[in-house]
Amino acid sequence: MQSIYLAIPLAPLFGAIVAGLFGWKIGRTASHLVAIAGVAVAFVLSLIVFKHIVIDAAEPFNGTVYTWMVSNDINFQIGFLIDKLTAVMLIVVTFVSLMVHIYTIGYMHDDPGYQRFFSYIALFTFSMLMLVMSNNFLQLFFGWEAVGLVSYLLIGFWYKKPTAIYANLKAFLVNRVGDFGFLLGIAAVLMYTGSLDYAEVFKQAPSLSGRTMEIFDGHAWSILTVTCILLFIGAMGKSAQVPLHVWLPDSMEGPTPISALIHAATMVTAGIFMVARMSPLFELSETALSFVLVIGAITALFMGFLGLVQNDIKRVVAYSTLSQLGYMTVALGASAYATGIFHLMTHAFFKALLFLGAGAVIIAMHHEQDMRKMGGLRKYMPITWITSLIGSLALIGTPGFAGFYSKDAIIVAVRNSELAGSGFAYAAVLIGVFITALYSFRMYFMVFHGKERMDEHTREHLHECSAVVTVPLILLAIPSVLAGAIFVDQMAFGGFFGSAIVVDETHRIAADVAHHFDSWWGLILHSFADLPVYFAAAGVLLAWFLYMKRPDIPGMIQNRFALIHRILVNKYGFDRFNEIVFAGGSRQLGNLFWRVGDEKIIDGLVVNGSARSIGWFSTIVRHVQSGYLYHYAFVMIIGLLLLLTWVVFR
Amino acid sequence: MLFDLPILSTLIWTPIIGGLLVLMAGEKWARMSALFFSVLTFILSIPLYTQFDVSTAAMQFGELKSWIPSFNIFYQLGVDGISMPLIILTTFTTVLVVLSAWEVIKKKPEQYMAAFLIMEGVMIGVFAALDAVLFYIFWEAMLIPMFLIIGIWGGPRRVYATIKFFLYTFLGSVLMLIALIYMSIKADGSFSLLGFHTLPLTLEEQLYIFAAFLLAFAVKVPMWPVHTWLPDAHVEAPTGGSVILAAIMLKIGGYGFLRFSLPITPDASSELDWLIILMSLVAVVYIGFVALVQSDMKKLIAYSSIAHMGFATLGFFLVFSIIDNTGSWREAALGMEGGIVQMISHGFISAAMFLCVGVIYDRMHSRNIADYGGVVNTMPMFAAFMVFFSMANAGLPGTSGFVGEFMVILNSFKADFWIAFLAATTLILGAAYTLWMVKRVLYGEVANDNVANLKDLNAREFVILGVLGIAVLFFGIYPGPLTEVMHSSVEHLLQHVSIQKY
Repeated sequence: MQSIYLAIPLAPLFGAIVAGLFGWKIGRTASHLVAIAGVAVAFVLSLIVFKHIVIDAAEPFNGTVYTWMVSNDINFQIGFLIDKLTAVMLIVVTFVSLMVHIYTIGYMHDDPGYQRFFSYIALFTFSMLMLVMSNNFLQLFFGWEAVGLVSYLLIGFWYKKPTAIYANLKAFLVNRVGDFGFLLGIAAVLMYTGSLDYAEVFKQAPSLSGRTMEIFDGHAWSILTVTCILLFIGAMGKSAQVPLHVWLPDSMEGPTPISALIHAATMVTAGIFMVARMSPLFELSETALSFVLVIGAITALFMGFLGLVQNDIKRVVAYSTLSQLGYMTVALGASAYATGIFHLMTHAFFKALLFLGAGAVIIAMHHEQDMRKMGGLRKYMPITWITSLIGSLALIGTPGFAGFYSKDAIIVAVRNSELAGSGFAYAAVLIGVFITALYSFRMYFMVFHGKERMDEHTREHLHECSAVVTVPLILLAIPSVLAGAIFVDQMAFGGFFGSAIVVDETHRIAADVAHHFDSWWGLILHSFADLPVYFAAAGVLLAWFLYMKRPDIPGMIQNRFALIHRILVNKYGFDRFNEIVFAGGSRQLGNLFWRVGDEKIIDGLVVNGSARSIGWFSTIVRHVQSGYLYHYAFVMIIGLLLLLTWVVFR
Repeated sequence: MLFDLPILSTLIWTPIIGGLLVLMAGEKWARMSALFFSVLTFILSIPLYTQFDVSTAAMQFGELKSWIPSFNIFYQLGVDGISMPLIILTTFTTVLVVLSAWEVIKKKPEQYMAAFLIMEGVMIGVFAALDAVLFYIFWEAMLIPMFLIIGIWGGPRRVYATIKFFLYTFLGSVLMLIALIYMSIKADGSFSLLGFHTLPLTLEEQLYIFAAFLLAFAVKVPMWPVHTWLPDAHVEAPTGGSVILAAIMLKIGGYGFLRFSLPITPDASSELDWLIILMSLVAVVYIGFVALVQSDMKKLIAYSSIAHMGFATLGFFLVFSIIDNTGSWREAALGMEGGIVQMISHGFISAAMFLCVGVIYDRMHSRNIADYGGVVNTMPMFAAFMVFFSMANAGLPGTSGFVGEFMVILNSFKADFWIAFLAATTLILGAAYTLWMVKRVLYGEVANDNVANLKDLNAREFVILGVLGIAVLFFGIYPGPLTEVMHSSVEHLLQHVSIQKY
């Protein structure tokens, strides 16, 4: 088994190296074949691992690959932890990645950077796999930053586009703000447990509860709370939680396949995965959990609102991703880690599907992304239409679809949670259901139904995309329907993840819920006795009414509530604030330090100043050196007199 | 047998004699002969690693000959796990510098090459000397070739830069000489460095000596606020000069703290560690902001060097607060080793960054960021290297730039939360100034005709950057061999500084 574990990340790495370094030589087809082969191998091996660990219920594997470094008697290691949580993540990552690889053949067909693109996404797959397979904080941070690097490279893939190279710098820097907290969290872990190994850290964690540290003198804070919040700041960056969410909408400047793979299905969920992995730590701090819960709830609700006013098809999906990441975070905060991972999985399928569907529309529309210029596409692109409909239904939580099970489980978990802030979180996720349905079906109706608003030239050329695009859509549509029903028993309510996820007895809400349901269809029946399904239906109906029946009303609403509309269009002003305060402020501070600190004070006053004062002093002293003997004799006599006076009168 | 030769003397004198021969060889053979001697020195330095005994903190490859008996001055050499990697870094970097000058330096190439070879020998001498006078001679001798390199092959403001460079460094070293002579008097005329380590000194004496050393080493590192010579020197220096300056000469300051300040004046270091930590953190934060607004690429990298060296000095001086907090000097090993790793890694990365700037400067004759834009369109291979090294400069895991910063930040948390907090801002600042430059220089549409006419890397440039890239990647993925050689020496040093001297 161990060689299989090693082969899983190395196969995509091999593909990345070949496509990246030798792509110019072996050509386009060979490059995409080798990259796809690498990911396909990883996917097949992940299936074997899934069978071994989950179905055959083998013991989790925890072992070292090599020792990175030894210092301070601490072994810094690269190693794998393969348990059920890892096995699920492996399947999600490799499957979505494989679909995106295949789709890319069609999407990037005419791009001059074809080989480079394949190299990047294969490298991404490698990094993401290293992240989820890690058994220690060092490698976690490795993978964490490596996926950030590839995300940077891919957002800026079209490096001539000013918006793209602005967005990738922004994404990297905002993520670095998160990593700043994350690294401090890791430092705290090392300080208080003396190890970076998950197993060792988790073993020692309970002994830390109750111990405090002082960051500000006189304020004793729980060590675990501080550590968990610092770690969570890392997750806020990667998983785009308010206020570190600002990079994700802009990341849509990158090619659509990576929006699906990196900025919807996998990389942005790394933060969710990380917190779930750290459940033995987070469980020990209710303050940290409340913090997580509230941040998640804010993201889930307020980012959803922004989806309502977007006209760019990719941005609507992006805001929906933000909002769904908020849902996952809320689940973590409510100690329903397994449910969070469950939603992560179903979301990966249907959101990748929605993004790739949007990409198919964009290709067909000749790179037009404005939904106001679309409409009625269902006639021209039947497969894209049906699969996008499936994706949207799954997203809004239609009973029976994958998203229904995972989202419903989150809502139930939050309702039962007793943490501070859970009331607000419950309201947020409930209203969020309505908003999600509204913006999702707004998009769906604007793109696939109604009047054909595109120009004549575009309309004539509209047609369904080739098989490399549609096959991945179909393959993703299948789990978008089925994954929920198959796994709900186990993941949402059962002890699916075994020892990988730890939940404190007092937080076991999810388990309580389990008693009420006996099967996946029982859940469907029960849902009609509960609120969310009606909220979703109301959202769909309203979208239908506003965008199909009476398309004049949205404009009226917009005029009537101009102020609110402006706030939403400006995304609550986060971007402007960051631009002025952080970016502008840093530049001003830098200039101040440089022009005043370095140039005026140090160089001007001290360095050149001392040079000048020496020069000035010597010009004065020079007068003494006149060269006339009588001057010198005079000075000597005066000096002698002064000396005598001093000797006599002292 | 070759291996019976005293290896350290061979390493010092091969390049110096080689440099003189290159000088005589004349313009035609200057390049080949310089390459020969630099490669030869590098090969000769390899046994230093392969035959190094990692289990002991004692000085190895020792040599001892009487030199000036009337003053008790010896020709004494030896290396431990702290100086050995720095010597190999020196021999490695010199080869690259010789290569980098190949067709670029047209004015008196034999003198240029000779200056670098002689400087190589002298710098190895600084790292290997165990006699204070010998050390001081090498220390001062090092200034001369660098002074000439900047003064002859430098840019338009080279005279201002050389004088500033010389005065700054000279000011520091004079006080150090006084301190050395004072200690020799206390030690009955001995100039042995290892003897100074065990010399009992009162706290007051230690404070004065510490201050003298601080000035000498802080200028070299350079630490805020005595850093302003560095950007000027870098801007005016030719590419090779910048590379040696950043990769090796700055390390001599850091090395001085480890070899002199800490072991000779441990109690003064303990008293004043807050000052060094403060200066290091200012270097990280303040200089980070200053780097952000630079419009000259070389200045930007020069400021980033100062910020990165802040991590080295920070790592060295964490030990006392860690002893206070945890009661054990062993806990501080991570930070000190991190500081040394940071010095080695910065040697590779800053060299690579300056070489990258050199590559485009040779083509465009401008270091101004605003003159560039969209270089990736015409130089894709170069852009790939530059992005890679920039990421290393920003401390990306998997590159050597990450290792040292990671170790120091982890360790500084044990000293104080706020030290770690301020140190970790480099994650944001380092990425901001480096990648913003990358964005403006490499990305975007082709900015002007000059950029449109750029030619991508030639084979020579490719090899230089490729070799550095491999080094940066290797130590990022597997820093174990690097930290392994320094364990014994660092532990010995930490134990030594934890004991009161008076």
